[in-house]
Amino acid sequence: MYLKNRVLQSAIISSFAIFCQQASAQATAPASTPTSADTTSSMRPDMGKLTATGGVSQLEGAGGGGLTPWALITGYGTRDSYGANVHYTQVNTQDYGLKTYGVAVGIADRVELSLAKQEFTGSLAPLNSLNIQQDILGIKVKVAGDVVYDQDSWMPQIAVGAMIKRNNGIGGLGALGVTNVKQLGAKDDRGVDYYASATKVFLEQSLLLNGTLRMTKANQMGILGFGGDKEDKYKPMLEGSAAYLITRKLALGAEYRMKPRNLSVDNEKDYYDVFLAYFPTKNVSITAAYATLGDITVFNPTNQRGFYLSLQAGF
Amino acid sequence: MQTRLSSKLVKAAVIFSFGISATISTSTAAFAQTTPDAVYQGLGGKEGINKIVADFLPIVLADDRIKHAFKETDMERLGLMLSEQFCALTGGPCKYSGKDMQEAHKGMNINNAQFNALAEDLQIAMEKNNIPSSVSNKLVAKLAPMQRPIVTK
Repeated sequence: MYLKNRVLQSAIISSFAIFCQQASAQATAPASTPTSADTTSSMRPDMGKLTATGGVSQLEGAGGGGLTPWALITGYGTRDSYGANVHYTQVNTQDYGLKTYGVAVGIADRVELSLAKQEFTGSLAPLNSLNIQQDILGIKVKVAGDVVYDQDSWMPQIAVGAMIKRNNGIGGLGALGVTNVKQLGAKDDRGVDYYASATKVFLEQSLLLNGTLRMTKANQMGILGFGGDKEDKYKPMLEGSAAYLITRKLALGAEYRMKPRNLSVDNEKDYYDVFLAYFPTKNVSITAAYATLGDITVFNPTNQRGFYLSLQAGF
Repeated sequence: MQTRLSSKLVKAAVIFSFGISATISTSTAAFAQTTPDAVYQGLGGKEGINKIVADFLPIVLADDRIKHAFKETDMERLGLMLSEQFCALTGGPCKYSGKDMQEAHKGMNINNAQFNALAEDLQIAMEKNNIPSSVSNKLVAKLAPMQRPIVTK
């Protein structure tokens, strides 16, 4: 199972690396025909959005900041084209590790589809063999506004989205007979988050602000399942991001993500981070952050903090 | 429950005030130099703008994404019009004497990728002239809404 994931992971990454090379070769190649205007109507990706305006990849695979989905559609395709990318994100705290990897496409700067896998692992006994995996299918649709062009009004870019999540069970606790999140008190091992995001870039102030309202039952994003012994209702959670655009390739920001508290074994805490995102080209971005994830279970009441590193490659 | 709710509110307030204070600090930074022509001065005045435009046009003509659109353009006049426009938009002592944006781009069938490519080339020209991002973004902020009259495809 683990090997299969590894193989899948490297296959996805290498195939996209090739795709990206082709795409960037096309983007930089001299126009071979005199009527190069026609290329914009071909099926080639146009990479026509401004640098950084597709955002980076957040922890659940959607285009956004690090913790929170934004209203931006991932990739660099304009409304006449499309974009796509792969990402790999790793967060290491004192006692746990979380990695997310996946693919996402942006179609016509209108619709975003993403597929991501999360792997949560423990490093401190007795949870040192802990391994919980989750698959997330995301869809997002831009419904109003434009984050770049609407500089003469307060209108943000607005998108609505859903994340369809499937928790694949718990590994490493077999000795305790625990193999499913339902045994920890979760009501379900599948769930759907619904959200609406508003993202505004104030170019005049070089500032990006995002607010997201998410309806969710997910415990630790779903890694500990959905709903619980304490509560099993959809609740609105507020998420926010603010970033200063240091240059057109570098942004420094902070994020906050409110979390529900449904499980008695998990005194769940809100997430925070500060991040620096660097876009050396439109094919690559690197995001480094310091994240605070709170204590994950009542059995280990240490506030989990650590570095977060995310790479995105695409077009 | 009571304390949890209030701690949530405190946290939300902290984040919100972070956003607000970031906004305020950047806008006070803007206030510190708030003369009506601050951006014009930030670009180096008339001379600075002329230099930026002089660097901008060759970048455009070398840009495979958009150079074909300038084949029949009088680049000298375009340079003059752009200098005038940037000067007027940023509070400088100029009056833009060219056509309005809709009229000037009529029938050119410009799409978003081409509009953005031109904006990007301008950003590169400003970077070449060591214009701080906080200043160049203010000019781009004035130009960005022109997408509506210019992009017709």
